[in-house]
Amino acid sequence: MSEKIATREAYGKALVELGAVNDKIVVLDADLAGATMTKFFKAAYPDRFFDCGIAEANMMNIAAGLSTMGLVPFCSTFALFGAGRAYEQIRNSIAYPKFNVKICCSHAGVSVGEDGGSHQAVEDIGLMRLIPGMTVIVPADAKEARLATLALAEFRGPVYMRLARLATPVFEEDYPFEIGKANVLREGKDAAVFACGLMVNEALEAARLLSAEGIEISVINVHTIKPIDAACVTAYAEKCGNVITVEEHSVIGGLGDAVADVLMGKVNCAFRKIGINDQFGQSGKAADVLREYGLTADQIAAKIKETL
Amino acid sequence: MNTNELSKVCRQVRRDIIEMTGNAGSGHPGGSLSAVELMTSVFYNHMRLDPKNPTDPNRDRFVLSKGHAAPCYYGVLAEMGFFSRDEFADFRQLHSILQGHPDCKKTPGVDAATGSLGQGCSIAVGMALGAKIQGKDTRVYALLGDGECQEGQIWEAFMAAAHYKLDNLTVMIDLNGLQIDGAVADVMNLGDMNAKLRAFGFDVHEIDGHDLDAIEEALSAPVSGRPKCILAHTVKGRGVSFMENQAGWHGKAPNAEQRQQALKELED
Repeated sequence: MSEKIATREAYGKALVELGAVNDKIVVLDADLAGATMTKFFKAAYPDRFFDCGIAEANMMNIAAGLSTMGLVPFCSTFALFGAGRAYEQIRNSIAYPKFNVKICCSHAGVSVGEDGGSHQAVEDIGLMRLIPGMTVIVPADAKEARLATLALAEFRGPVYMRLARLATPVFEEDYPFEIGKANVLREGKDAAVFACGLMVNEALEAARLLSAEGIEISVINVHTIKPIDAACVTAYAEKCGNVITVEEHSVIGGLGDAVADVLMGKVNCAFRKIGINDQFGQSGKAADVLREYGLTADQIAAKIKETL
Repeated sequence: MNTNELSKVCRQVRRDIIEMTGNAGSGHPGGSLSAVELMTSVFYNHMRLDPKNPTDPNRDRFVLSKGHAAPCYYGVLAEMGFFSRDEFADFRQLHSILQGHPDCKKTPGVDAATGSLGQGCSIAVGMALGAKIQGKDTRVYALLGDGECQEGQIWEAFMAAAHYKLDNLTVMIDLNGLQIDGAVADVMNLGDMNAKLRAFGFDVHEIDGHDLDAIEEALSAPVSGRPKCILAHTVKGRGVSFMENQAGWHGKAPNAEQRQQALKELED
């Protein structure tokens, strides 16, 4: 793992790939094209790019209208202004009529860094997961963000994809991407660690630290939070007996709850959710903020050890 | 269809509204009755539609942004043959194709899910934009309420309609002057809508929204390079004496006796 690329950047570049092969792809943004990385598509296909200005609610519903005309709209803004500010537009005008709109929001989680808590969505997975029929995807690295973006264009129905601002290591191995199918990245008998987004890499690092102490954990990348891969979650919970979830999101409503929903009443296991403990984020360098909220590999390793 | 024939359809749609809300024991007769001439004129005389093929990709589009006027919408769609009038009996009932507010998944002829106010105009903007960029000659019509214009998103949509030069979009605003809590002017005054819409870049036509000839003229007026807005002054509850200009009839169904009286007033 050497190269660092943000998932938002991989998304932006994948849109250009899509634009070349599918003339139904249209991209909308709300004055954040430079940050969400839709700027690449804007430059390549200006006739199919629409900057809706700082009006996220309007953007979501324009996308709804575009989808009814046979187009495949990808909408981008920051996670808080998409999933948060335009929640009801997504709920009523996109998800309720099952329109084919892809909502791809960057700047999720506390790794946004310096902009502070007002711009760090720690609840977007929960908000989107609550909506009936919504598919929710959180890519772990740039490679996966690219594959997920390409998969979204082929998938019919509303999707929310969560992207990060921070450039993070790209996995050296190539993993397949299939919506709804979790990827097991590391096998270990002592605990099943389910992670998503940037926390997948941290969990893998934690696994290496623990391995040095003789503790072997499985690390499962749950890139699709909904519909969650219940078979995989159940199998690894049963196999390992200890379940830990790790996410750069509130421990309320996110991956941890999705995994708990699968296991509750079915599998006897120890269970711990690692995430943001019902708090808002704050300003700081991304690495410092992640450490403040206990989301670095060594901190995760320590918490896993406590749980065992 | 000429004015005479249209007014017959309008009377029938008004009876449908009373029947539907009366049957259901709930619904929104006031704002349905105010919109009858506007919706009937658009559907019968201006839209390219085939009731036998409601998902024809080349059809024109209509968005009832003031989705609570669903009884009027359903009345018009049924009169045109999109579905049977027998469905009226199930309006607002479990498993009905006629939901309390429009749902395109359930009702043939409906193109969007609306009723949460302030959103339909943006959807119509997306449809009109989608037609333009694909070189289609699709026309898009949206019907908004005046109370609904208190939603900020409506003005975001107006801005976008002018920005994208959507001359294939016609926004009709049903100015019946009343909303749930009272007069629009008292609850949150909209001010000079004509000046505001012109300032937002619309080609504005201000008319009597029950005058079929005036509606026809406004809908037919050519426009180029900018969206059209028809400001239609209407009477909430129009056609039923005891419902006219009463905010209380926004979301209340007539009882058996009131229903009989209303139907009597609406006889041909």
